[in-house]
Amino acid sequence: MRRIKHLIRKIWQDCYLALIMIFLYAPIATMMVLSFNNSKSRTQWGGFTLKWYTQMFASRNIMDALYNTLLIAFLSALIATIIGTAAAIAINSMKQVPKTILMGITNIPMLNADIVTGISLMLAFIAFGISLGFKTVLISHITFNIPYVILSVMPKLKQTNRYTYEAAMDLGAGPVYAFFKVVFPDILPGVLSGFLMAFTMSLDDFIITHFTRGAGVNTLSTLIYSEVRRGIKPSMYALSTIIFASVLILLIISNFAPKKKQAN
Amino acid sequence: MGHPLIDLVNISKSFDGTMVLDDLNLSVKENTFVTLLGPSGCGKTTTLRIIGGFETADTGKVFFNGEDISKLPPNKRQLNTVFQKYALFPHMNIAENIAFGLKIKNKPKAYIQDKIRYALKLVNLDGYENRSVDSLSGGQQQRIAIARAIVNEPKVLLLDEPLGALDLKLRQDMQYELIRLKNELGITFIYVTHDQEEALTMSDTIVVMNQGYIQQMGSPEQIYNEPENAFVADFIGESNIVPGIMLRDELVEIFGAKFACVDKGFGTNTPVDVVIRPEDIDLVDPSQGTLTGVCTHLIFKGVHYEMEVTTPDGFEWLVHSTDMCPVGKEVGIHVDPFDIQIMNKPASEDEEAVGVNE
Amino acid sequence: MSKKLLAGPYLIWMTGFIVIPLLLIVYYGLTDRTGAFTLANILSIATAEHAKALWLSLGLSLMSTVICLLLAYPLAMILRNRQMGQSSFIVFIFILPMWMNFLLRTLAWQTLLEKGGVINGILTALHLPNQNLINTPGAIILGMVYNFLPFMVLPIYNVLCKIDDNTINAARDLGANFAQTLWWIWFPLSVPGVISGITMVFVPSLTTFVISNLLGGSKILLIGNVIEQEFTKGSNWHMGSGLSLVLMAFILLSMALIAKYDKNGEGSTF
Repeated sequence: MRRIKHLIRKIWQDCYLALIMIFLYAPIATMMVLSFNNSKSRTQWGGFTLKWYTQMFASRNIMDALYNTLLIAFLSALIATIIGTAAAIAINSMKQVPKTILMGITNIPMLNADIVTGISLMLAFIAFGISLGFKTVLISHITFNIPYVILSVMPKLKQTNRYTYEAAMDLGAGPVYAFFKVVFPDILPGVLSGFLMAFTMSLDDFIITHFTRGAGVNTLSTLIYSEVRRGIKPSMYALSTIIFASVLILLIISNFAPKKKQAN
Repeated sequence: MGHPLIDLVNISKSFDGTMVLDDLNLSVKENTFVTLLGPSGCGKTTTLRIIGGFETADTGKVFFNGEDISKLPPNKRQLNTVFQKYALFPHMNIAENIAFGLKIKNKPKAYIQDKIRYALKLVNLDGYENRSVDSLSGGQQQRIAIARAIVNEPKVLLLDEPLGALDLKLRQDMQYELIRLKNELGITFIYVTHDQEEALTMSDTIVVMNQGYIQQMGSPEQIYNEPENAFVADFIGESNIVPGIMLRDELVEIFGAKFACVDKGFGTNTPVDVVIRPEDIDLVDPSQGTLTGVCTHLIFKGVHYEMEVTTPDGFEWLVHSTDMCPVGKEVGIHVDPFDIQIMNKPASEDEEAVGVNE
Repeated sequence: MSKKLLAGPYLIWMTGFIVIPLLLIVYYGLTDRTGAFTLANILSIATAEHAKALWLSLGLSLMSTVICLLLAYPLAMILRNRQMGQSSFIVFIFILPMWMNFLLRTLAWQTLLEKGGVINGILTALHLPNQNLINTPGAIILGMVYNFLPFMVLPIYNVLCKIDDNTINAARDLGANFAQTLWWIWFPLSVPGVISGITMVFVPSLTTFVISNLLGGSKILLIGNVIEQEFTKGSNWHMGSGLSLVLMAFILLSMALIAKYDKNGEGSTF
């Protein structure tokens, strides 16, 4: 009896998981299918085609936006990783009060609404006399990326055994050498996952970019937004499919690669 | 000592194809302190969890007071568990923790208050009602876990290595505490541990388990003095286990020397295992020893000396004695007949003594 | 001492691009075009048009938060109770859409819901009457739930994973049935995760302008749309900043809630 009850419960649970999974993935799957549909209709299958992909790659607008998106994502993640890792090390060695204050500031962009962050940055750029464009988007992305880096490096720093650092110094290593030889390898998984998270967050951002980009610069997100308001073109589906596949690969690397390293 | 309260009949359980319990039968009488003792992975905790209802046996039945409870979920069983790492509810204070079971059963408020006070007094923590769980030390949390279980007046209290996380001194105090509680409450304790000293100190009955089998069941004295096989002998206390040949009743040959013993019924010229406790070996003048050897190791242990005596065949005898024998000196070994315990050689591989990992 | 200097660039950066910009919003929100102090921008929330947008935003985001919670809690519980080995991948599957481009996720629903969209296409094929799905409050709620559901699942899942199995077993052992265990043990112990999840769904839902724009059409205005338009079309930055301050009041409220119930950061997502 009890075993049958268990089985029934498991079937219910599996059904529930499956339903949510369908809810989450059906829309994405639909777009993927439509990206290969020869007909422009969303309800009729007109045969398999790659023409939307060719069209997408031929589009100057899309390629420019893709270039901007990747460049901004890479640069902002890189700079945020450097500033954020340094900050995490500093914060970790601080006393309770300054630590709490700094972590509080770190949390602001994460908890604040993107629209407010975006508007505030836009106001600041204009007040500082910086004209909106590629530069301002980059600065904004660095700003909202730094907290993600700090929050993924911090836990690793807390786990690091401080005695290994002291042991290295005891054995004659200078502080910088000791740090790069002993502490840094320990926190490297956190730094890497921070970088990847920052990179993905930057790829994903629309709202903050929307307010800080000015007229000339487009990222994929802002491009999609303006295109979609004019009516969906199938090349957007092709773009979605490619983005989804890239995000999937990125996340598999960032989620599963560092864990394997730790296991060894 | 009363009639059987819990009966495990032909219990088998495997996890992912690994057999954890193999056709286990166990009967626990009312008002006894039963300890399931064995190395990790021997199936003792699984047995306890099957009694508690947290695991379901693949085959076999659990009877409580003659009634089949195999299919009852834990909340419908009249027994309570004290968990390994206390498992107190972190979001409730001490009084709320203790009151939990009674509130579930819709007992009146005044009754619950009385019970809380009574239980806290019983575990020597009067006045701790409003303390939070994290403000308590490990030992105190352990006492609360016990109090939380016993206010429900279970017929049986299941304890899963409850003292495992405590330090030595505290553990010894809690052992006496548990014996006192058991006597005051008059209920059955089923206690799981891998610590043989704990088992010997507290139990009425010890069940030694290994690899999903019960190796031996008996009083602490029986288990210690008359181990039935090499595993039990090796696991309980320290011992010298040597191969021997039972020449006839009351005479055993060890390394070519003949020892008088008290065991009978092994037949003639039968290979056996012989157990001799280190404290039962008398070191005598070489001329008077049944065997002679050279002392190769000596450590002062406080109450006694620990020595190793190597006999010509290469066997190192562990000896505990208040008499000291310097390293390098030749000595004789003498053992009184009633200190020699004869065991059958293991019949199957399953019964074979396996490395004891403590 | 030298270690603390490493925080220098960070401090300068965060001051310049987080603290000062926020102060600027406060400044703009409390002044008029001439730079004189005024509360008019904030009080404009009481005008019929703005109040309606705020109420609608509050209503829709509250609805979507409740739906997310109802969907996510059982999901997180099922995931938590699965065997450890397989769970990390399953959890990954459920979190994955969170990282898919936000606009594309919304675009997907537009494709499904539109008049000539996939759902109506299927209805036609089945000879059923077409439904008016897009440009309704329901479509907006759907979009919010779809976009933010993983933000609810993750913190609840994280906090449930930290509950010791034996704590649950102890409750069962003391006589609690499933419902009682749920009410007395699971719920109270998962409060930090629930609170964090609620904030992570409620804040972006309350402030969104993209979802309402793409799934709600031009007729349904949320407070996010109003603010966005003040900055991009209307160019009344003072008014937009004032309304942003009102929004921030709600955000601060939820931050205070987090600080109160999630002292150890247990429910944090990252």
